[in-house]
Amino acid sequence: MSLSSRRSGRRHPLAGALLLVIGLFVTGGAYAATSAGIAYAESPPISQAQLVDDGEKLFLANCASCHGLNAEGTVAGPSLIGVGALSVNFQVGTGRMPMAASGPQAEVKPVQFTQPQIDAMGAWVQTLAPGPDLPDPRYYEGDGDVAVGAELFRINCAMCHNVAGAGGALTEGKYAPHLRDLQPVHVYGAMVTGPQNMPVFSDMNLTPKEKNDVITYLKYLDETPSVGGFSLGSLGPVSEGLFVWLIGLGGLIAVAIWLTARSN
Amino acid sequence: MSTTVENQTTTPQGPGMRFTSKAANYVDERTSASTAVKALGRKIFPDHWSFMLGEVALYSFIVILISGTFLTLFYDPSMTEVEYEGSYLPLRGIEMSVAYHTSLDLSFDVRGGLLMRQVHHWAALLFIAAIGLHMLRVFFTGAFRKPRELNWIVGFVLFVLAMAEGFTGYSLPDDLLSGNGLRIIDGMIKAFPVVGVWMSYLFFGDEFPGTVVIQRLYVLHIMLLPAILIATLAIHMVLLVVNKHTQFAGPGRTNDNVVGSPVLPVFAAKAGGFFFLVFGVIMLIASLFTINPIWNYGPYDPSPVSAGTQPDWYIGFADGALRLVPPGWEFVLLGYTWSMNILAPTIVLIVFLVLVAAYPFIEAWVTGDKREHHIADRPRNAPVRTAIGAAGVTLYAVMWAAASSDLVATHFKLTIEGVITTLQVLLILGPIAAFMITKRTCLALQRKDREIALHGYESGRIVRLPGGEYVEVHEQLDDYERWRLLDFEEYKPLTVRPNPNGKITAGTRVRAGLSRWFFEDRVMPVEAKELEGAKH
Amino acid sequence: MATTPAGKSLSVVAPQEDFDPGIAVVSTMSPQNPGLPPEHLRVTDLDPKEEKKAERLIALFFILSIVGSVFAAVAYVSFPIVSGDMQSVRNNNLFVGLGITVSLLGVGIGAVHWAKSLMHGHELVEERHPTKGTDEERKTAVEVFSQANKESGFTRRSLVRNTLIGAFLAAPIPAVVLFRDLAPAADPIAKMKETLWAEGVRLARDPSGAPIKASEVTIGSVFHIIPEGLAELEHHRLEEKAKAAVLVMRLPLDALNELPERASWSYQGIVAYSKICTHVGCPVALYEQQTHHLLCPCHQSQFDVTNHCEVIFGPAARPLPQLPLTVDAEGYLVAQSDFTEPVGPSFWEREL
Repeated sequence: MSLSSRRSGRRHPLAGALLLVIGLFVTGGAYAATSAGIAYAESPPISQAQLVDDGEKLFLANCASCHGLNAEGTVAGPSLIGVGALSVNFQVGTGRMPMAASGPQAEVKPVQFTQPQIDAMGAWVQTLAPGPDLPDPRYYEGDGDVAVGAELFRINCAMCHNVAGAGGALTEGKYAPHLRDLQPVHVYGAMVTGPQNMPVFSDMNLTPKEKNDVITYLKYLDETPSVGGFSLGSLGPVSEGLFVWLIGLGGLIAVAIWLTARSN
Repeated sequence: MSTTVENQTTTPQGPGMRFTSKAANYVDERTSASTAVKALGRKIFPDHWSFMLGEVALYSFIVILISGTFLTLFYDPSMTEVEYEGSYLPLRGIEMSVAYHTSLDLSFDVRGGLLMRQVHHWAALLFIAAIGLHMLRVFFTGAFRKPRELNWIVGFVLFVLAMAEGFTGYSLPDDLLSGNGLRIIDGMIKAFPVVGVWMSYLFFGDEFPGTVVIQRLYVLHIMLLPAILIATLAIHMVLLVVNKHTQFAGPGRTNDNVVGSPVLPVFAAKAGGFFFLVFGVIMLIASLFTINPIWNYGPYDPSPVSAGTQPDWYIGFADGALRLVPPGWEFVLLGYTWSMNILAPTIVLIVFLVLVAAYPFIEAWVTGDKREHHIADRPRNAPVRTAIGAAGVTLYAVMWAAASSDLVATHFKLTIEGVITTLQVLLILGPIAAFMITKRTCLALQRKDREIALHGYESGRIVRLPGGEYVEVHEQLDDYERWRLLDFEEYKPLTVRPNPNGKITAGTRVRAGLSRWFFEDRVMPVEAKELEGAKH
Repeated sequence: MATTPAGKSLSVVAPQEDFDPGIAVVSTMSPQNPGLPPEHLRVTDLDPKEEKKAERLIALFFILSIVGSVFAAVAYVSFPIVSGDMQSVRNNNLFVGLGITVSLLGVGIGAVHWAKSLMHGHELVEERHPTKGTDEERKTAVEVFSQANKESGFTRRSLVRNTLIGAFLAAPIPAVVLFRDLAPAADPIAKMKETLWAEGVRLARDPSGAPIKASEVTIGSVFHIIPEGLAELEHHRLEEKAKAAVLVMRLPLDALNELPERASWSYQGIVAYSKICTHVGCPVALYEQQTHHLLCPCHQSQFDVTNHCEVIFGPAARPLPQLPLTVDAEGYLVAQSDFTEPVGPSFWEREL
C-alpha cells in the first residue's frame, strides 16, 4: 500500500477504538436494562408462600439431583425431611452445600447462593416436616458470659475443634474444621443440627443461653489479639517444635557459619 | 617475700592499668589465679561452625537459668483450688489450682512476665534441639572415640536430664495440655508389672491427680535436676578442656596438635559474643512468637481434652511410639495383666537409648583400635557408622512424626489411619532403607574424593585436541585442599584366629562378623605413590 | 603451649605408637601433611582506613546495644498493662522484648565482628600430650595407692573390708523405706477398682452437676457426665472425676448390637460408657454421630459404640467399660451399679 493511498483513506485512525467503545456501551447498557428487573435489594417484600415456592424451585434446580425431588433422599444424598430451615441456613450458608465432590465430608467453599435464596430454600425444607428453625437473634448476639462459654467450649467442643478453635482430625479422613471468623448464626446452626458427624447439641443439652455463651467465647477469640505474638496456627507443641528447629536452630547455625567464616 | 607482678611492656602505665595490676596481684596472692591463666589463657580451640552446637546448648541453658529465676519469683506450685480473679476474662470465676493461677498472673499481670515465660520455654526447646544436633555431630564425626568415650556417656546423661527438666517444667502450669501429659505418664507407670500402681500412687501422693504432684515436680525442676545437670555439665566441660577439642583434617593439622585461635582474646570474644547472639535470637523469637498459650487450655481437669494433644517436641518420639502400637496388645498370665501396648514401646525406647549410649564401646570393640583419635572424621569416611546413624535418626524421626499423626492428617488431607499405618511400615523399613542408601552414598562420595584427589576437579573448560577429540580440562587441587581428601584411615575386617588355647571363641566370631559388616566395603585412602603416578 | 606456625613441618607418629591400632590399616606410605597454609591477610590488616571503619562499625553496634537497653527500660514504663486489655499486654512484652533483643544482639554482633576483623587473625598451633600421665607420674600414683593400701591394710584385712562394703550396701535401705509416706496409708489397688458410681446415683452434667432426664437425650447427641454430687465435693473432686467421667449417647435401636448379658444396661438406645481411655487414661471425648465411633485424641484409639465400644483401631487393648443405666421414678437417668470392671488404663493387678 502506498503512502498516498493511506493519506487519502476514508477511515480515521481512531475509528476502530471508537467503534469498540460504542459497542461496549451498547451491550453494557442492554444488560443493565434487562437485569434491572432482578435487583434484589429494591424488590418488594415477598410473602411466605412466595418464599416457600421460590425455595422449592431453587431446590429442584440445585439440590434434587442428590437429595431427591421431594427431598426424600437418594443414594447420593440423605433425606432432608425434618432437618429444618436451620440446617439449610448452615449447610448452604457456609458453602458446604452444594457439595462439589464426594469425600469423607462436605468442605467449606465459596457460598453459591444469596441469603434470600438460602432463606427461601430453608423455608421450603421447613414445610416438609417440623425441624429446627432459625433461632431468635438474641441467642447468637455474642453478648453472653465469656467464662461460662469458654468452660462449655472446653468440655463439649475442644476435643474435636481444639481449645483455640483451630480444628482437629476425626477418623477416616474426616475433620472438625477451624472455628475462626464464622458467622454466629452458623455456629448456632451447627450446634443445633449436628452436621454430618458433629453430635447434636439440642437445647436440652446446651440451652440457648449457653449456646450464646459459647458464641461469645468464639467472638472473644476472634476479636482478641494474640498476647504472646504470632500464634503459629494455635496448633501447640508441634508447630512450636518445627519452628524452633527450622528458624531457631537453623538461624543460629547461620550465625555460627558467619562467626567461624574467614574474614576478608 | 612476695613479689608484685611487674609490667613488662615499655608503655607507661595509666591509672586503669595500675589498678588492674594491683587487683590482679591481690587475687593472685590469694588464689593462684596466675597458674590458671598460664594454663588456660592461650589454649587453642579449633574453629568450625559445627563445633558451636554444644555452645548453643550451653548458652540456651544459661538463658533458661536466668529467665527461670525470674519466674520463680512469681510462680507458686501449690495445687490448692482457688477461683480466678485475674484479668483474663474467659477464665474469670473458674476453679483452678494456685499453680495455674500464678502462671496466668505471670502472663497477664506482670510486666515482662509473659516475655520471660516465653523466653524460658523457647530456650528450653532450643536447648534440647541443640543437644540433639550436637550429639549427631559428635556421632557422625567419630568424636566419641578414645579418649572421649566417657564424655559421650556424660553428654548422654545431660541429654536425658535435659528432657526430664523439660517435662517437669512444662507440667508446672497445671494446664489442660500438660495435665493430660501427666495423665499419660501416669497410665504408662501404672502399666509396669508388680510396682506400677504403687509407683504411681507414691509419686502422685494419692490417686491421680492428687494434690502434691506439681510441688514435687517443682522441686525436681528448680533444685534437684538443675543441680545434677550443672554438676554433670561441669564434668563435661572439664573433660573437654583436658582432652582438648577434636579438629577436622586439614593442612598443618595432625592427630598430635590443635590448630585454631587462643582463648584470649579471639575465642573468648567469639564465644562470648555468641552467647549474646544466642540470647538475642531467643529474645527475638520470644518477643514475636507465642509459645504454650496456657490460657487457651484452661486448668487441668480429667474430663476435657483438646484436639491436637502433643507433648513438647523432645518427648514426641515417646508419644509417637505409643501411637504406633496396633490394637489389642495385652494379655493376662496367671491372673496378672501384661500391658504390652505400653511395655513394648517403652522397651524399644530404652533399648534405643542404651544403644546410643553404648555405641562408642561397641565400635571400639569391633575395631580393636586403642589409639587416641583427635581428628574428626568426615562422615563419608566412615560409611557404616554414618549409615547406622542415619538408620537411628530415621527410627527416631518416624516415632517423632507419629506424635503429630492427627495434624499431618488434617494438613495434608489424609486419614489418620493411613498416616499411622504408613508410619508403622516405615518404622521397620525406614531405618533399613536409610542404612542402605546412606552407606552406598558414602562409598560413592569417597570414590569421588579419590578421583578429585588424583585427577583434579572438572573445571568446565572443554578443549579440543588436535586429533579432534573433546576433553574437559581437570584442574588439580592445590596441596592444601587436596590434603583434606587424603587424611583418613581405613580398617580391614578381622581375620579369625584361634586364641592362645587353640579355640576360636564365640566372641571372636561375633567380632569378626561385625568387623566384616563394618569394613568389607571400603575405599582406601590415596597412597603417596598413587599421587606421584597421577601427577604425570 | 602455643607456638607460632611459620610453615614448620610437623611429625605425625608420636604417642600413637603406644597403642594397638586393632584392625586399622596403618599405612607407612601415606602422603605428607603439607603444613599450615600461608597466612591470609584481611583488608583490616592491610589498610588502616579499613581498620578504622571496622572499629567504628563495632562501636556503632555497642552503641546500638546501649540504645536497646535504655529503650527496653523505657518501654517497661511507657507500655503499661491495663488490666483486661490484651493489646496492652502484647505491647508491653513486645517492646520490652525487642529492646532487650537489640541490646543483646548489639553486643554479640559487635564482639564477633571485633574478633573476626580486628583481632590477630593467624591460626596458632598447640601440641597435644598423651592423655595418660607420664610414666613417672603413673609410677608415683601406683606408689601412692600401694602405700595407702599398706598403711590401711585394705586388701589384706578382708573382714574389715567386706563388712564395710556390707555397711555401704545397707545404708540406703532407710532411704527406700522413707518414701512410703509419700502417699496416704491405703491400698491403691483397691481404690482403682471402685468409683463414685453406685446403684441409684443420678447421671449429671459436667460441669454444672445438674441431673439429666432420659427424654433430654436425643438421637445423635452426646452428654459429658459426672455422678451427681461430684461437682459439690470438697475433697478429691478431680481424683473421683478421673475415674467417674462418663459419656452418654443415644443410638437408634437398630444400630446397637448389644451383648446379651448387657441388654438391660441401656435404656431405649441410651448407652453410657466410661470416658477414660483404656490405653493410658486421656478422655475419649470425640464422638462421631453418624459412624458411632469414639476417638481418643491422644493416641488415636477408636472405639465402636454399636459394639460395646470394642477397639477398632489404635493402641488401646480393651473396650471402654460400660456403665449400666436405667431411669428412676422421675425419669432421670441413674446408674444401676458401679462399673463391673476397673476403668481406665490397665494395671498389673487388674484381673485379681
